[in-house]
Amino acid sequence: MSKNYGESLATALVWLCAASVAGVFIWMLSDIVRHGLAALSWTFLTSATADAGREGGIAPILVSTAMILGVCLAASIPVGLGAAVLLSELSSSNPLFSRLVRRSLDVLAGMPSIIFGLFGNALFCKTLGMGFSILSGGLTLACMVLPIFIRAAEEGLRSVPREYRLGAAALGLSRSGTLFRLLIPAAAPGLLVGLVLGVGRALAETAALIFTSGYVDRFPSSPFDSGRALSIHIYDLAMNVPGGNANAYGSTFVLVAVLFLLNLSAARLAAALSRRSSPI
Amino acid sequence: MKMTVKMMSLAAALAATTAWGAKPSQKLSGKLVLTGSSTVAPLAAEIGKAFEARHPQARVDVQSGGSSRGIADARQGTADIGMASRALKDDEKDLLPFSIARDGICVILHKKNPVLSLTDAQIVDIYSGKIANWKDVGGAHTPITVINKAEGRSTLELFLNYFKLKAEDVKAHVIIGDNEQGVKTVAGNPNAIGYVSIGTAEYDATHGVEIKLLPIGGVKASVENVRNGKFPLSRPLNLVVKTKPDGLAKAFIDFAQSPEVHEIIRKQYFVPIPR
Amino acid sequence: MRSSESSISCPSRADRVLLWTLRVCAAAAGSVSALIAVFVLLESWPVLRHAGPAAFITGGTWRPTAGLYDLTPMLWGTMLTMCGSVALATPLGVASAVFSRYYAPPPLAAVYRRMIEILAGIPSVVYGFWGLVVVVPLIGRLHPPGPSLLAGTLILALMILPTIALMADASLATVPKNYALGAAALGLTRWATIRRVLLPAAKSGLFTGVVLAAGRAIGETMAILMVAGNVVQFPRGIFDPVRTLTANIALEMAYAMGDHRSALFVSGLVLLCAISALVLLAERVDPGSAHE
Repeated sequence: MSKNYGESLATALVWLCAASVAGVFIWMLSDIVRHGLAALSWTFLTSATADAGREGGIAPILVSTAMILGVCLAASIPVGLGAAVLLSELSSSNPLFSRLVRRSLDVLAGMPSIIFGLFGNALFCKTLGMGFSILSGGLTLACMVLPIFIRAAEEGLRSVPREYRLGAAALGLSRSGTLFRLLIPAAAPGLLVGLVLGVGRALAETAALIFTSGYVDRFPSSPFDSGRALSIHIYDLAMNVPGGNANAYGSTFVLVAVLFLLNLSAARLAAALSRRSSPI
Repeated sequence: MKMTVKMMSLAAALAATTAWGAKPSQKLSGKLVLTGSSTVAPLAAEIGKAFEARHPQARVDVQSGGSSRGIADARQGTADIGMASRALKDDEKDLLPFSIARDGICVILHKKNPVLSLTDAQIVDIYSGKIANWKDVGGAHTPITVINKAEGRSTLELFLNYFKLKAEDVKAHVIIGDNEQGVKTVAGNPNAIGYVSIGTAEYDATHGVEIKLLPIGGVKASVENVRNGKFPLSRPLNLVVKTKPDGLAKAFIDFAQSPEVHEIIRKQYFVPIPR
Repeated sequence: MRSSESSISCPSRADRVLLWTLRVCAAAAGSVSALIAVFVLLESWPVLRHAGPAAFITGGTWRPTAGLYDLTPMLWGTMLTMCGSVALATPLGVASAVFSRYYAPPPLAAVYRRMIEILAGIPSVVYGFWGLVVVVPLIGRLHPPGPSLLAGTLILALMILPTIALMADASLATVPKNYALGAAALGLTRWATIRRVLLPAAKSGLFTGVVLAAGRAIGETMAILMVAGNVVQFPRGIFDPVRTLTANIALEMAYAMGDHRSALFVSGLVLLCAISALVLLAERVDPGSAHE
């Protein structure tokens, strides 16, 4: 019967797509793992860079990256969550405003990373006087991550069933109560997807950070210091310093491993949260 | 009367402290910001680290951004010292350059390419598109892939200058940014020809990357030949300042030009300038 | 219908404070792109004044040192790589999401999903590096020179695929279970359920993912710089090298001064307009992407 034929064709195609995607990614990842493991060691993770990065380790770089990420998340999560709540819950009482904000966020999502870098340099480094610093880098990244996080958070909030809100209204909960105790926990999986996508994007960013958090590979003593992010270190080793390939792979491996752990924890957290707030 | 005595003792005390404070090196502190060429940046960063080891209170922050950025920042005072991977142009004579090393530029081919050398005229013809197939210069019957550097890069300008080519004459198939991109592009294409910094090329060639360096004008392309001046295509790596340097900047520039950093320079495959 | 807003009784003071806080957050988020637009405009002003806007669509090629500022070949490069990569990544991304949700046995699905999440965070420089040392030589063996429109499109597609797949997966997850149960009760086959019930229900999320991915494709700088060849020309085939507007800025900004630098900002302005056009188009095509 033609229906069964269509069904098996569809199944075959889906498996084929998944297999080819997986195939390419395994190809890439195995390269990284193979070369990266060779360069990996405890000293690599804990010592400072030497000989332009060809020797020594990446400890100061890891610290700088963590600090940049911290600044980025601290800035983007509150603002992003606030904006997402407004857009998804309260948009009909502010329709024009919501539409403007949404359009502007879509434009922001497509902005080239190098423009972010130049903008961040002009705004944070020069106008606000922070100079090349982790703070400038983190705030610039926050601008980049905002649209991704807001979009995903919005989707997460919108997917919370209407019954929740009606029930809360029936019980006479205030809007802030409904928000903090009901909607945000229920939307947690979507919020976490947004977070994971955002963090992934932030860690992957190179062009924006070259002009803002800079190139210095020393241990940063404060967020006002310049610090080299992991992605910039990888770029420098792969493309600028001859002989940096081995450590470039090692650094990439560390970055991928960190991402993996972050994603794993986010997924576990999301599952725990949705189990707690789901009535079924 | 009492006033004058007080004044004099105050003056004496001040003089004493200034004389005391004028003790060199040990008390150097503050932050130096260098911006500019990404070629010079790793070298400057390593020199900076050595400097910081000697003067624990001082900090040397090296940022990247390109030679023109380094020059612009030095001029505007946004950076203390600019880094440039070329000599200063005529309209930049308001700045003071301090050369800390030399670097050469050489033409590279894939290791498996049967062609072993090219005359200057052949290189000009290849880059201007007149010769398009390797067979015309003694190689295989395959089309040449010409790799050129992006406009404005110091390496490009030096190359064009030496071979008396104009930017618009070059017919390139691939345009690259950094040196390593050039090396990797040539290593991945047996029919490619490109040009990069000698330091980079020599390092990679001796570490298993599949490229080979071509002699220019009969002189073998090597860091050694840049050092003894035989190799024709070379450029200075400069630290650039706006006004005569003093204090921390002077100390750093003096250090960068001293024999103590020659080993660091050699490790980056550049050529130290003997003084 | 957001019935919870035209509220129950008079809003408490806490609620009013909340509302204003939310408004400030949204305004802050919304103003960033306006600030960036102003910045880019200010920086492009000098050359627009000297050479006039017409210089950016005429002249035949881009050679700022000679005063030629034609952006059209590079705009074409950006558009082609964006459309190509979105066309390639969307079916693969949606198929990935569908696979991990409905076809794969749960342990395999979990592994697959984790792999896609990891790929979402790999730096563009790693994709570019891998593209340069693996993909470009392969293409070069097929048809020289190697760095080409094809290489750029493939690597970009690879980069944006995780975005599409993850958003599709998240939005398929939010489709109420009754839909699938109802379809099963009606006797629909798995593929028919997916195609006619589940995917349409997840439409807004899918569309969001595609728009985000297209934006990412337009704005990608590092990876495309390494694999697309960077020659300013209208490509006559997929094996021809192209230069995108972003790669152009990255290549030349470090070394540009004066009018050249300003001209690079004009190309940034063009990118901004391209993205805004994309956003407006998206809203026209699917107004539901804004809200229900």
